[in-house]
Amino acid sequence: MTLRDYAIRYGFIVLLVGLIAYFAIAADGFASPQSAVFIFQSVAITGVLALGVTATLVVGGFDLSIGSVATSAMMAASYAMVVLEQNAIVAVIACLVIGVIVGLINGWLIVYMRVPDLLATLGMMFLLLGLQRIPTEGRSIATGMTMPDGSVANGKFSEAFLALGRHRIDFFIPNLIPVSVVVLVVLALLIWFFLEYTRFGRMMYAVGSNERAAELAGAPVKAYKIWAYVISGVFASIGGILLAARLGRGDIASGNNLLLDAVAAALIGYAVLGAAKPNAFGTAVGAVFVGVLLQGLTMMNAPYYTQDFVKGAVLVVALVFTFALSGRGKR
Amino acid sequence: MGADAVFHVEGLRKSFGQNEVLGGISLDLFAGEVTVLMGANGAGKSTLVKIVSGVYERGAGSMKLAGQAFDPQTPAEAIRAGVVTVHQNINDGVVADLDVATNLTLDRLSGKGASLLFKPANVRAEARAVADRMGLALDLRARVSDLSLADRQMVAIARAMAHQPKVLILDEPTSSLSSAEADRLFSLIDRLRGQGVAILYISHRMSDIRRLADRIVSMRDGVVSGVFDKQPLDYEGAVNAMLGRKIHLDRVVARSSARAVFTAEGLQLAQGAKPISMTLGAGEVVAITGLVGVGKTALAETLFGVRRPLAGTMHMDGKPYAPGSAREAIAAGAFLVAKDRAASGIVGGFNIERNISLPFLKRMSGFGVMKKRAERVAARRQIDELGIVCRSEKDELSALSGGNQQKVMVARWMSQASRLFILDEPFQGVDISARRDIAAKLRASADSRATLIFVTEIDEALETADRILVMSEHTVVGEHRNGDIDLDRLLAEVAGGPLHSAA
Repeated sequence: MTLRDYAIRYGFIVLLVGLIAYFAIAADGFASPQSAVFIFQSVAITGVLALGVTATLVVGGFDLSIGSVATSAMMAASYAMVVLEQNAIVAVIACLVIGVIVGLINGWLIVYMRVPDLLATLGMMFLLLGLQRIPTEGRSIATGMTMPDGSVANGKFSEAFLALGRHRIDFFIPNLIPVSVVVLVVLALLIWFFLEYTRFGRMMYAVGSNERAAELAGAPVKAYKIWAYVISGVFASIGGILLAARLGRGDIASGNNLLLDAVAAALIGYAVLGAAKPNAFGTAVGAVFVGVLLQGLTMMNAPYYTQDFVKGAVLVVALVFTFALSGRGKR
Repeated sequence: MGADAVFHVEGLRKSFGQNEVLGGISLDLFAGEVTVLMGANGAGKSTLVKIVSGVYERGAGSMKLAGQAFDPQTPAEAIRAGVVTVHQNINDGVVADLDVATNLTLDRLSGKGASLLFKPANVRAEARAVADRMGLALDLRARVSDLSLADRQMVAIARAMAHQPKVLILDEPTSSLSSAEADRLFSLIDRLRGQGVAILYISHRMSDIRRLADRIVSMRDGVVSGVFDKQPLDYEGAVNAMLGRKIHLDRVVARSSARAVFTAEGLQLAQGAKPISMTLGAGEVVAITGLVGVGKTALAETLFGVRRPLAGTMHMDGKPYAPGSAREAIAAGAFLVAKDRAASGIVGGFNIERNISLPFLKRMSGFGVMKKRAERVAARRQIDELGIVCRSEKDELSALSGGNQQKVMVARWMSQASRLFILDEPFQGVDISARRDIAAKLRASADSRATLIFVTEIDEALETADRILVMSEHTVVGEHRNGDIDLDRLLAEVAGGPLHSAA
């Protein structure tokens, strides 16, 4: 292998290690288990979203609605428990159903209505941003809030639900690993195995690479594409559940950064190990990368607005790694 | 004579990597003459055209236009110097969403000296002048996308002629035209010839060549293999020079089949086309030949379930066969190696092994999980059997030559047993040795299945098939046993000549 091959293959891993080393020296308290866990916790939600969007990238699509699916799920969970006074299971099911429905609609728009993927999911994003505020007329949802009709909502988040976002599992050090991180790891392993080792994942890659060839090889291409958006929708709604459980309220102002962070993680994933294609492992590394970057910058007291700039810059560099250096972007 | 030539090419060479495509081409074009360039697939015709039209840079050699050195760096430079090319793909020559008038004057809108604004009235007047000079009777306000293929072709040529070129190159202009449409093109070419344009006409349609040629230049394997300019022209000799051998040599021993595997009754492919009926037997290789655009691919796709026939029924092994999708066709045992491997075959991100296993993932997995060992074994067996040149089954397809890529596509569908094996243009962009390998393998493995290949080149059919069917205008117009073929009759059928002649 030439130096260039090494750069393509390991460039991003080296960059990640370098970044961690830099923050460990420059920022006090960065190099500790607690800090690591904090990074993972902050990564958990964007990571889950990023894994979902990876599925759509694999079939050659894109999903811009993931952020608003997550916040819609968060609002739905809050509404179910606080206003409708339902239990945790009902709230979780409601969220997942929203994810499935949005995924089906996205898939239908793209596959049958022939709306380009970016535009269809962009439309869906705006639609959901509005829709999620209609039931409460734009108010955030919390126990004791006043409803539009003047009544007071008395339901509250169930303990079991909140545990999804707040409970920590003992791991060598007591109360170390948050449940949300476990969810992330499980979903990452699942989607990784699905994409790499099952025939369905294989066919999804084929659909993304050459749709006509996949169709002539007997694949139900339309179904695969719709499924990819359903996976994306469901993962985004799981992200929304974790968000609701962490916040303990339905905060209409939260989740603004979810889309950018998740998309950045998935696209950075292209560059990891020179894969030059969407892949679950790369997405996970990409999510950690974004998390490390944000945690490090925060601990070094960088203002919040520089963080978006740095994220964007890293994303651009990652895309250059993928498309220019590996030369696979060319036909 | 070389001194009088308007356009003179000497010792042109071009290589792509190790592969020498042009090995020293010399060519003269004369004003007011149509020079026909003949050559089989891969002879280097399109490379030559691309060098002359400024798309490729030449490796060695020199070009002269009207005595001046001609060295275009870009297609635009070639056009400005007076060498205009109408490429095979018509839609490259026109902008479909604009109207005819704008298309005819498009080149005035860009380039040096173009004014920033334009008056629609001026554009139309200018377009009218161009159209009149060509004898083109078209509504100038019609959108090009609403025109027939032939009319688009006329617009593309007229647009090229708006530059008033000294040299006009036409790359297989009739490949998608009906014979009536072709006649209109020919009278246009006659007109241009009368105006003193030197025309290089690339085709292997004999009827075109007989109609137009003043001279014939045959190419084979990147060199000129014959120049024919004595009247009357020796067409037979030109074909032989192009193929490099007598067409009657190197033939297969035709087999006949006793047991029918696939039958079609009254299959109608297009509105107004005569229905097709045929029977394909076990162990025989049947070739369907015909020009581009006569419905070969439509028939292949109908048999494979990705296109519905307008009428008719099909049977496979005696059972009704009416596939509604590729998936159903594959399940019934009909496999298709589709035309144009880059667009409809190769999965770019996949290596050889994964490209081969693609249609059979279900058979190579348990509970949805891929059995990688089974995949590898199948791939290695195919690499071995077809002689695919590669380092291992993990090679990316982009690392393989065209011939080997095509072998992988054939290997994909040979890795499992089929009942009806269809190959649409399996020898396109394939070198001669790979072509022989594929043909030999097809014949050797044909035993229990029916094999159907669609080829435009007649000699590919002669080399491979036991039986040859000829298609024209979306139906089958002739059938020949590959024994002692009446080649003239076959060629007449291919060229849309008298249907079902007495012979």
